[in-house]
Amino acid sequence: MSALLRVEDLRVRFRTMGPLKALATGTRAPFIDALCGVSFEIRKGETLALVGESGSGKSTIARTIIGLQRAVSGSISFDGQEIEELSGAERKPYLRRMAMMFQDPIGSLSPRLTVRSLLTEPFRIHGLKDRDVEGEAERLLRMVGLSAEFARRYPHQLSGGQARRVGIARALALSPDLLIADEPTAGLDVSVQGEVLNLLARLQTELGMAILIITHNLNVVRHMTDRMAIMYLGRFIEVGATERIFDQPRHPYTEALLAANPEPDPDAVLNRIELKGEVPSLMRRPSGCEFHTRCRYAQDICSRVFPEPSAGQEDKKHSFRCHFPIAGDILPTSERPKLSIGKTRFR
Amino acid sequence: MAIVESILPETNDAMAAESSRTFLRQFRQNLLGMLGAVLVIFIAATAIFAPLMITHDPIRIMVGPRLAGPSLDFLLGTDQLGRDTFSRVVMGGRIPLLVAFASLGSSLAVGLVLGLIAGFGPRWLDNLLLLVFDTIRSFPSIIFALAMIALLGPSLASIILVIAITSMPIYARVVRTQTEALRSSEYIAAERSMGAGTTRILAVHVLPNVLGPLLILVSMDVPAVIAVEAGLSFLGMGVRPPTPDWGAILNDGYSYINQTPWPVIASGIPIVLATLGFTFLGEALRDIFDPKLRKDL
Amino acid sequence: MRRKDPKTQLSSSRALLEIRDLNLDFGTPRGRVHALRNVSLDVPAGQVVGIVGESGSGKSTLAYTVMGLLPENADVTSGSILFEYKDLLKMPTQARRGLLGDHLSMIFQDPMTALNPVRTIESQMIDVQHHEQGSWGEKRARAIDMLQRVGIPDPQSRIGAYPHHFSGGMRQRVCIAMALLVKPTLLVADEPTTALDATLEVQIIHLLKDLQKEIGCSVLFVSHHLGAVAELCDRVAVMYAGEVVEQGAVRDIFHNPAHPYTRALLECDPGRIKKSTRTLPTIPGEVPSLLGTKVGCIFRTRCRQAFDRCGQENPVEYRIGVDQVARCHLLDKELLVSV
Repeated sequence: MSALLRVEDLRVRFRTMGPLKALATGTRAPFIDALCGVSFEIRKGETLALVGESGSGKSTIARTIIGLQRAVSGSISFDGQEIEELSGAERKPYLRRMAMMFQDPIGSLSPRLTVRSLLTEPFRIHGLKDRDVEGEAERLLRMVGLSAEFARRYPHQLSGGQARRVGIARALALSPDLLIADEPTAGLDVSVQGEVLNLLARLQTELGMAILIITHNLNVVRHMTDRMAIMYLGRFIEVGATERIFDQPRHPYTEALLAANPEPDPDAVLNRIELKGEVPSLMRRPSGCEFHTRCRYAQDICSRVFPEPSAGQEDKKHSFRCHFPIAGDILPTSERPKLSIGKTRFR
Repeated sequence: MAIVESILPETNDAMAAESSRTFLRQFRQNLLGMLGAVLVIFIAATAIFAPLMITHDPIRIMVGPRLAGPSLDFLLGTDQLGRDTFSRVVMGGRIPLLVAFASLGSSLAVGLVLGLIAGFGPRWLDNLLLLVFDTIRSFPSIIFALAMIALLGPSLASIILVIAITSMPIYARVVRTQTEALRSSEYIAAERSMGAGTTRILAVHVLPNVLGPLLILVSMDVPAVIAVEAGLSFLGMGVRPPTPDWGAILNDGYSYINQTPWPVIASGIPIVLATLGFTFLGEALRDIFDPKLRKDL
Repeated sequence: MRRKDPKTQLSSSRALLEIRDLNLDFGTPRGRVHALRNVSLDVPAGQVVGIVGESGSGKSTLAYTVMGLLPENADVTSGSILFEYKDLLKMPTQARRGLLGDHLSMIFQDPMTALNPVRTIESQMIDVQHHEQGSWGEKRARAIDMLQRVGIPDPQSRIGAYPHHFSGGMRQRVCIAMALLVKPTLLVADEPTTALDATLEVQIIHLLKDLQKEIGCSVLFVSHHLGAVAELCDRVAVMYAGEVVEQGAVRDIFHNPAHPYTRALLECDPGRIKKSTRTLPTIPGEVPSLLGTKVGCIFRTRCRQAFDRCGQENPVEYRIGVDQVARCHLLDKELLVSV
């Protein structure tokens, strides 16, 4: 089956200073690389998660796909058609087939429009005037489980969960083939989180769209996604089937992220892994493996040699970038540093 | 305020009132604002229907005795040329209001467009426009006004032009700052992601958010313009006699204040009332549009 | 790594902070919002007490009430807050302000805005010691020592930096250092990890835990994150719509939750669901409006086990076991009523 969206070797950089200042200070490369060569694909009806902490570049991928951000190189093809180069009117037909939900449930809704106008924006933007706008708004509200009286409200009169539902309804107004959900549960309480994810799962079953979920919370993606990619400093460090990564994370960073939100139990063996330090600045990327500054398994080689993506012999679809993957079958166990999980703490 | 916000979402929930209704309700609660609105409407109505209200020809001299006090025939007395002061004051409001309307209206329109371009356009254009705005603002406005009047001659048109040019950069800057803040907001990104064009984004999503603060600024500038026009006329650089104008009446009356105070009182009071009216209205609008004050509702 | 059992008896000795029947309203143009109702809570000396709840539950309001940092439209209608045996609510403003930054200090949710952006860390850290004796040099040395203890590398030179020179996690460490510098007896932490990434949250929780043990102060830890509370706290109070619906020792609350809301909240935590599922548990319904007076249990509209009595009578605190109370009529059969 062919891919709905294929991203290849995507690179995005941001300017850190104006050209004049760069010239004056003698900075040769006044850029930071937010994305360094990211490749992936999403098939029709599939769900992929991009997981990472702030600054990992996960939102940049979404913004580049939707056209809010220009790439330096690489390609994005949607349904076989290259769309990275397109802009304005040429891109519009493709924007009709993909939709994005932004992080802030209330802030992503135009504050002076009613819910009815917000929901019917897509029809007006794409010139679908023949549709029964009133009826469509009602249909969309019903679809996300809100009563028709919500049509008259303004965004500030909605709770976070309700605003998120309106956002979902608007994103799905034109029945897109691809939905990009940037932190769909951000700012929502745990009890509401479940509702929103259940709604997305239900609508995906009904409408059959592919979903790209962007999140920092691994537990959120476990129940929703088929595959996941973990990002660190603008690169994929581990990609594979969600279930498989949860069962057997190979990259030490994935392991730490998985342990970051454990079962809330005061008596559980405290195996939250404390990574030392913070995510390095994109302006000063570490040499070799970029995670070595925080990795508890790091060896000499890690600070010198950049690890290539390696596919495990037993599973071509699970790849990771690490010289000393956890519980892997690439290195004999004797060569891996011995560590007891859960006790080690770095100061 | 953080705590209040954390409590308010669910109370907001219960409320589904239309925001236009809350706007009116807030306005009614603001007594000074109401007073301002009444004053502004009264003054505007007087200016519009002035020809129907006058009791004498405001330009004709010697319709009565010179420098007379109020009487049934001459409600506010007469001036040094025997003209009816009441009729002159009623007619004399038209010019200050016309000047305010024309100058602020045109500078509002130009400032809005340039501000939107600067705030939403490419960076180099933004920088260029900012340079233009700052250049205009860096002229001392009084010197600029005197120079323009010397160049174009004392006329209404030159007063309007001077005020329009000097106030435009202020409006444009406000619009630009607001637009730039909105430009990076998430809902504008959301609109773009749906394929909305720049025109649509500016008209539907940016303009309504920019217009509120701008109208407040303009309504608070009206009294200043009235004062400037009156001042220039008082200095003899505004309208030419015998055209009735609050500033000119004040100027003439000032010379004869020893004989009768009536022309000064009669033309001073409407200037004060107009100033207060527009100021109260502007302040009320500012309170209503201020998002922090609105949140509590 | 098992922790030692917290002192159990609620009233065996007077606690450091005793909140009794606290009621608080916010005056809004549309009426009074009852943000806190009949809140009673103890923070024993040397213990970490967690307050968990969702947005709008009043947990932050409670923290701000203890600190006396409420907005103008807040109005404490009844109740008392005893801190070191003195009622904070009856204290003169001057005396109360004197306690802040001395016996009481606070860490805020957003480390980006909690520090003054135009002053160096050094001057801010020396300023907070205005209650202390000592020369400028001694105060500076103490500040450097504290920065060292919260894990700021190279504090000697970093102390001269401005807040924007630090990353988010480092800034929260600076805030913690400032809060602990005054040797408080009670530290109030309002969602100190919410604005941080997951891997940083782990660091901050561990740091708070270590420092609390070292300094021996009490901590009132406000959070919506059950995992953080389970790891850090000795006692937990669960808040819903302005009420403390259940409180007790952390182990009792997490292993043997008595209130239906506590149970539902624990079920919802995605960290708890190990098996892959397409349908996650939720709590149906919405948090009720806090406007106007309420009769009956506040949670009844969303409670699966609600019955007649829940709509007629406000539940009192029913005691379960030694040191756990919950406001739910279902527990009445225990008949160990304490008001």
